[in-house]
Amino acid sequence: MSDKPEALPITVRGVTKTYGRVHALDDVSLDVKSGEFLTLLGPSGSGKTTLLMVLAGFTRPDRGSLKFGEDEMIRTAPHLRGVGMVFQNYALFPHMTVAGNVGYPLRLRKMSKAEASGRIDRALELVQLDGYGERSIDQLSGGQKQRVALARSIVFEPRILLMDEPLSALDKKLRDRMQIELRHLHEKLGMTTVYVTHDQREALTMSDRIAVVNHGKIMQLATPQQLYDRPENQFVADFIGDSTFLPVVRDGQGVRYGETTLQMDAAVPDTRTLALMIRPERVRLVDGAPEGMNILNATVTELVYQGESYLLYARLNDGAEIAVRGAIREGTFSNLPRVGDAVKLGLHRADTVIIAGEGA
Amino acid sequence: MTSAHLHAAGLRRDERMERWRLFGLGSPALLLVLVILVIPVGWLFYVSFIGADGNFSLENYERMIARKSYSRIFITTFQVSLLTTALCIVIGYPLAYFMSQLPTKWANLCLITVLLPFWTSLLVRTYAWLVLLQKQGLVNQWAISIGLWDEPLKFVHNMTGTLIGMVHIMLPFLILPVYGAMRSIDRDYMKAASNLGASPRRAFWTVFFPLSTPGLFAGSLMVFVLCLGFFVTPAVLGGGRVIMVSMKIVSNIELFVNWGAASALGVVLLVLTVIILWIASRFLKLEQMTGGGH
Ligand SMILES: Nc1ncnc2c1ncn2[C@@H]1O[C@H](COP(=O)(O)OP(=O)(O)OP(=O)(O)O)[C@@H](O)[C@H]1O
Ligand SMILES: [Mg+2]
Repeated sequence: MSDKPEALPITVRGVTKTYGRVHALDDVSLDVKSGEFLTLLGPSGSGKTTLLMVLAGFTRPDRGSLKFGEDEMIRTAPHLRGVGMVFQNYALFPHMTVAGNVGYPLRLRKMSKAEASGRIDRALELVQLDGYGERSIDQLSGGQKQRVALARSIVFEPRILLMDEPLSALDKKLRDRMQIELRHLHEKLGMTTVYVTHDQREALTMSDRIAVVNHGKIMQLATPQQLYDRPENQFVADFIGDSTFLPVVRDGQGVRYGETTLQMDAAVPDTRTLALMIRPERVRLVDGAPEGMNILNATVTELVYQGESYLLYARLNDGAEIAVRGAIREGTFSNLPRVGDAVKLGLHRADTVIIAGEGA
Repeated sequence: MTSAHLHAAGLRRDERMERWRLFGLGSPALLLVLVILVIPVGWLFYVSFIGADGNFSLENYERMIARKSYSRIFITTFQVSLLTTALCIVIGYPLAYFMSQLPTKWANLCLITVLLPFWTSLLVRTYAWLVLLQKQGLVNQWAISIGLWDEPLKFVHNMTGTLIGMVHIMLPFLILPVYGAMRSIDRDYMKAASNLGASPRRAFWTVFFPLSTPGLFAGSLMVFVLCLGFFVTPAVLGGGRVIMVSMKIVSNIELFVNWGAASALGVVLLVLTVIILWIASRFLKLEQMTGGGH
């Protein structure tokens, strides 16, 4: 595992899979670059696992094309695809030891005993389980099982690695640590990785790019920052982070919310209906009218203490409710306005994002 | 805090009471075992050491060693049991595998069909085979009428008939535990194996089969042990040509009214069965311990 295996790009074209009337995958096309860490993110039942199973060869789609590098793979049997996969429940063989599990793909490849045991040791070392080889599977904790499953899936140096919610069974602390470790491992090994999760924070933390999936379709494929700051549609904006949407109208070159003409840096999408996306942590309570700020007048309806931050709900004049989140330091909380107070909400022009409205 | 000693004594008493109650629930069954198992088996041992003259003697056991016919009976018993077990495995394992791969709804339907024979009595099923397989039976008539063979074949009153009947009756005892073990094998194991590069055949032999062996051992053992003491089917379908220990016991009592000899046979069969179970249990544990790795 000293030199990196050559990574492979993945090309998916027009893959469709229906179960009865359900479109688990609806004409999905996707390019995963060589060596990239790409995450499929979406709500439950959106088709993430189905897409991964198509890549691994366990689900036969109705139609479509799948290429690893230049090779068409859509009709290749799973055991001939040479991709590594970490299953959600790890799927470690209970009748083999840790070393037996990790060495399984090497035995299938008829590798000599000496070479195999060297590789097993290095793989276990990589996941920080050196010396665990002789343990049986049921003597391992959840996190250790996860590592063994990972070691088993990379020991034969696949050029593509697939992971289906590999961290979902772990507690939060361990999950946070494993996220960083998986990321480091990916940098070290450099294999093309497709990762499935429904945890948006996990996706934002780990990925080079994220494909947001809904109803078997890819809603947007972009870097984490693009996805968060410039979502292309309301679904993505809603799914990633919290946000409120205010209906706005086109007014000549600009955009108007009620009587207020909005200042903004970003371009306005070309759709019939438009919405202003407001993230709670991008809104500020302001006095007067600072430079570069869009100001909205509102009345406080609720104030919640959340430890590291406060969450304030305010009703705009048209009845829409907006959440404002701010850090608490130096006694901010006691200086905050009370329920019923009139406040001015400021949204900086750099944070003013107009997206396509619902039904556009 | 100190006043109640944190209720230590009371809690201990509750614990004790709970155990007694649990024991109380088990006591009727314990009593039953004592009355219908321990006492009769003790009596069996006792009788087997009583000679024809009513005094203590080893003659029942000496006769068993001295006479060739006895060892032949034991050999036949083991032969029939082993063959039946082997045939049950050959027929039952693939069937259980097939069932385990079906969707639950269809698998349950299959399971009911497998269990269906239990609803009719053993005797009825055995005589049904006699009707089917005898010289003028349905099978011979049908085969001759379509020209499969010309002369009626001898299916009953021999080893063949005995085996057919016994395999039919024993099959569910093998299928049930094997099917249970197979159902509990996570389908992801096979996917993982194939993802790691195993062809379907390799995946089966390296992952599925080893994980199904506990069920296979349990089922085989059950069939084998049940066969050892089997009476009705070999008696009817063997037609006197296949003599098993159980039949010798019956003839000792009914023909010769020799309770001592019959008891001695029973004791030997019992001891052999216990030894086999003991060896098998050692073997099973070893299997679980060494199953991994290599
Ligand atoms: N074997 C199957 N038979 C019928 N429908 C299926 C099957 N597998 C998946 N589906 C359906 O296809 C859709 C997509 O399922 P999939 O498992 O890909 O979702 P997912 O995004 O992985 O969800 P989750 O986050 O809950 O794992 C769902 O509506 C699901 O009910
Ligand atoms: Mg899933």
